Amino acid sequence: MLRPTLLPLTFLIVAGTAAAQDPSYTLVIKDHRFQPTEVEVPAGQKVALIVKNNDSTPEEFESTELRREKVVAGGDQITVYIGPLKPGRYEFFGDFNPTTARGHIIVK
Amino acid sequence: MLGTAIIVFREVLEAALIISIVLAASAGAARRGRWVSGGVAAGLVGAGLLALFAASLAAAVSGVGQELFNATILLLAVAMLGWHIIWMSRHGRELALSARAIGEAVISGSRPLYVLAIVCGVAVLREGSETVLFLYGIAAGGGAGAVAMIVGGVLGVAAGVAIGAVLYFGLLRIPTQRLFAVTNWMVLLLAAGMAAQSAGFLVQADLLPPLGEAVWDTSAVLTEDSLVGKALHTLIGYVSRPDGIQILFYLATLSSIWLLAQWIGRPPPPHPRPSEQRPVTT
Repeated sequence: MLRPTLLPLTFLIVAGTAAAQDPSYTLVIKDHRFQPTEVEVPAGQKVALIVKNNDSTPEEFESTELRREKVVAGGDQITVYIGPLKPGRYEFFGDFNPTTARGHIIVK
Repeated sequence: MLGTAIIVFREVLEAALIISIVLAASAGAARRGRWVSGGVAAGLVGAGLLALFAASLAAAVSGVGQELFNATILLLAVAMLGWHIIWMSRHGRELALSARAIGEAVISGSRPLYVLAIVCGVAVLREGSETVLFLYGIAAGGGAGAVAMIVGGVLGVAAGVAIGAVLYFGLLRIPTQRLFAVTNWMVLLLAAGMAAQSAGFLVQADLLPPLGEAVWDTSAVLTEDSLVGKALHTLIGYVSRPDGIQILFYLATLSSIWLLAQWIGRPPPPHPRPSEQRPVTT
C-alpha cells in the first residue's frame, strides 16, 4: 500500500529539485558551529535548507520554532524543507552541541 | 558532565513517560514485564543499529529516509496504541471487575501485550538512537573525558527513569476500576500526539503540505524546550506552533480511535439476572 503512493511522491521530489523550484540555502557545521549563523530567506515561500556537516562527529539540526529535527552524520549532508514562513526570526541549534552550535533564520 | 546529563535526560524523558503509561495501562496483566522489557531491549538494539547506519538512512529515498522512517514507526506506534484502546473498550470492563473480584483472570492472559511491547520499542528506538549518536560524538570528539561522559550519561538516564517512575506510581494510586479509564485516555492522547509528530516529519520531508504554517502560537506561554513543555509534548502532543496538517492528524486520530472504541466496545445486550437489577456500567 505504501510503496505505490510513495514512489510518485519520490519522483516529484526529484523533479522538484531538478527544476529548482524551491530556493535552497546552505549551512555548514565546522567545529560544532554553524556557518553562517544568520540566514535570510523570503517569506511565504517553501525553501530547502541544506546542512553540511564538516565535522567528523554527528550533529542534529534542530529548531523548536520551526519544528524541525534531523540527524546529520559526520561528513554528511541533509536537506530540510521549511516554510512557507511568516516574517520573523527563527532560532535553530545543534542538539548535540547546543552551547556552540547556534544560529537563526531571518524571514523577510 | 552536566551538559551531557541534561541532553541525555531530555532524550530519555520521552521514552520513560511512554513506557510508564504503557506499564500502567497493562497493570495486572500476566507476563507484561517480559513483554515490556523485551520491547525496550529490542528498541536498544535497534537504536544502536540506527545510529550506526544514520548516514545511509538519511541518504535513502532521495534524502528523506530519516523522515520517512520516523513517520512510519510513529504511525506504527499509533496503530498499536489504537488497537490497545479498542481492545480495552471491549474487555476493560471485565478486566477491572476481575482484577477487583477474582484477582488475576484468564482474560488477562489474552491481552495483546505485544502491542504495548512494540510501542515501548519504538519509543526507545527513536530517543535511544539520538542518545547513542550524541554520546558517540562526545567520545569521538574527545572533548570531555570518558568518565565525565559515562557519569553524565548515567545521571541523565537515572533522572529520566525517575520521572517516569513518579508518573507510573502516581497512576497506580488510582483505584483499579478507574485506572484503565484513565490510562485509555492517556494512551489516546499519546497516539494523537504521535500522529501529529509523524505529520510534522512528512512536512519536513516535503511529502505533505503544511496546510498553514504555525496556525497558532503559544510559544510565549510554553515552549517545547522547557521541561513541562517537553513532557506535555510527549503526553498530549503539545506543539506551540502547529502546522494545519498536524492539527488535522491529531483530531483525525483522536476521533477515529475514539469512535471505533465506542462502536466496538458498546455493551452487549444485557442478560437479565435475578441477582442484578441493571448491568454494571463504568
